[in-house]
Amino acid sequence: MAEYKGVLVCGELADGKLASITAELLGCGRKLADELKENLSCLLASDKVGEASKEAIAFGADKVYAVEHPALKEYQADSYMQVAEKLARDVSPLVILIGQTSMGRDSAPRLAFRLGTSVTTDCLNLSIDPATKLLVQTRPVYGGNAQAVFISESMPQMVTVRTKAMSPLERNASRKGEVIPTKIDIDTSKVRTKVLETVKEEAVGIKLEDAPVIVSGGRGMGGPQPFQTILKELADLLHGAVGASRPPADNGWVSEGLHIGLTGKIVAPDIYIAIAISGASQHTAGCSGSKHIIAINKDPEANIFREAQFGVVGKYEDVVPAFTNKLKGLLAG
Amino acid sequence: MAVNMIVCCKQVPDPEAPPAVFKVVNNKMTLPAEVKPVIGQYEEFALEAALKIKDTAGGKITALSLGNNFVRDVIKKSLAVGADELILLEDKAFEDGDSWSTANALAAAIRKIGTYDVVFCGRQSSDWDAGQVGLGVAEILGIPAVTLARKVEVTAGKAKVERVIPDGYQVVEVTLPAVIVVTSGIGALRYATLKGIMAAAKKQPVVWKPADIGLEPSKLGAAGRRSKLDKLFQPVKESKCEIIGGDTAAEAGAKLAVRLREAKLL
Repeated sequence: MAEYKGVLVCGELADGKLASITAELLGCGRKLADELKENLSCLLASDKVGEASKEAIAFGADKVYAVEHPALKEYQADSYMQVAEKLARDVSPLVILIGQTSMGRDSAPRLAFRLGTSVTTDCLNLSIDPATKLLVQTRPVYGGNAQAVFISESMPQMVTVRTKAMSPLERNASRKGEVIPTKIDIDTSKVRTKVLETVKEEAVGIKLEDAPVIVSGGRGMGGPQPFQTILKELADLLHGAVGASRPPADNGWVSEGLHIGLTGKIVAPDIYIAIAISGASQHTAGCSGSKHIIAINKDPEANIFREAQFGVVGKYEDVVPAFTNKLKGLLAG
Repeated sequence: MAVNMIVCCKQVPDPEAPPAVFKVVNNKMTLPAEVKPVIGQYEEFALEAALKIKDTAGGKITALSLGNNFVRDVIKKSLAVGADELILLEDKAFEDGDSWSTANALAAAIRKIGTYDVVFCGRQSSDWDAGQVGLGVAEILGIPAVTLARKVEVTAGKAKVERVIPDGYQVVEVTLPAVIVVTSGIGALRYATLKGIMAAAKKQPVVWKPADIGLEPSKLGAAGRRSKLDKLFQPVKESKCEIIGGDTAAEAGAKLAVRLREAKLL
C-alpha cells in the first residue's frame, strides 16, 4: 500500500512567468499543508521554467519540481500527461491541486483516470475535516443553482480550483524552499495530436479579465448590433470592456472570447453592469466576484436583481442611452 | 469516407429553467414535474458536430445515453434530428454514479458497439457540470481526446479540430479513433424536420442492461463511485438591490447615473 504525503500543486506558466492561478493554488495549498502538517510542493513543466521556480517559493511552496523539455513549450495533453503522471506517482501526494483553467480542465480528469482516483472540478472552497483529516471539496453544480460537498474515496485527493476563488499569500522573496530540477523523459511517439496552428483572436481594447468596468449584454439585446453601439459607447465612456452572457456568444452575436460565465471567462471587475441579462446561475458564476453589480432589465423578477446592488427596471433601449448621456455630463462636470 | 460516430447524450433537468424551481430536498435536486427534462446543452452541440460531418462526409451516428427512467420523447430527439440509432443504458443500477461509473459504463458500451471513428461528448453535463466523462472514456479506451472543439473535419483516419484556448483557438490534428469533446461555437442543434420526427416515432431505442455490457455490479452507478457526495445545498442569498425608479425608463436611467456618482462608484 502506497504511502501518501504532502500537497502537490500542478502549476502553470503564463508568458514564461508563474501564472496567477498558480499563486492562488499555492496560497490555498499552504493553508491545507500547514493544517495537515505536511509539505507543499509545486510542479512547473515547460520548455523553460527559469525564475518561476523561485516565484513559486516566494508564494508558499517548500519544494518546486522544475521539469524542462522542448516538447512542453505549448501544452499538449499527450506530452504533459507523461510528466504529470510520472511526477504524481513519484511524489505520491495526499492532495493534488490544479487550476480550473484551459490546461487544468483538459489535464486534471486525464490524470485522475490514470491514477485511478477521482477529481472534483471547479471547487470554490476547500477545507480539512478535523476528524478524518480528509479534504472537504465544495463546488457549484446544476449551473450554479446548488453547491455540492464531495469527499474523495480514493487517493490522492484531487481537485481543480476556480480562478480567483482563492487568495495568494503575500509574495515573500526571502522564503526558503528547494528547487529540484527534475528530468522526465517524454516519448514523443506517444503524442497522438499535432498542433497545426495557433490563432490569437484577441479583442481590441482592454482585456476583459483586466477591465475595471465591464458592460455586459444578454439574450435580451436581441442581436449583435447593440453590442457595437449602445454597450460599446457606455464601455468606452467608462474605460471599460464589453462582455456578454452565454446566449449572445452561442448565437454568434459576439465572439466566444466575450462570454462571461461558468463555461466562459470568470471576471471580477470593480463595476459590472449587466444589461438585459436575466442572471441565470451559470452566468453569475462568472461575475459574482465583481465588487459592485448594476442591473438593467425589463423584468422586475429577473434573478440578476438578487445579485445586484443597484438596479433599474426598464427596456435597455430606453434606460441605457439616458444613463450614458447623463453620465457623460456628470463626468465632464 | 463514411464516418462512424457515437454521440454521448445525457438527459438532464432543463438548465434554462428559472433558478427558483431548483430545490434541494433530502440531498437531491428536485424539480417540479412541469419542468421537462432536455438533452444537455453541450450534448446538443456534440450531436450537431456529428450531424455536420454526416452532411458532408456521410456516415452513421449512434446516440448513446446512460441513466434510468428516460423520457422517450426527450431522448429520441437525437433520432429526430438525424441520428441513425439510439442505445440506452437504462437501469436502476446506473443511478447515482459519478464520473468514474459513467465513463466505465459508456466505455463498455462503446466497446460493444465496436466500430467507431469518433466519439463525441459535450464539454460538461448541464446538471453536475463536472466535465470529466469524455476524457475518462478516452483514458479507459486508450484513445486520444481533444477537448473544447468548436469545429471538426474528418479526413482519412484523422480529424482536424478547432480547439478553443483562452485568447483564440488552435487547429489540432488527431489520429482516429478519438474522443472529441465539444463546446459552444459549433452552432446550435438543428431543428428536427417533420420527416425526422415521423421517422423517429417509428424507431425504438435499443436498451442495454448492465449484463449486456459485461460490467460487474461493483463498477455501476453508486457502487462504482470514487468520490462521495457528502451534501447538496443551496446557499441563501440576501437580495439588497436598490431599485432606482423614475416616471419613464429614461428618467430612471439618468437617475441611476446620478446615484452611482453620489455613491462614488463611477
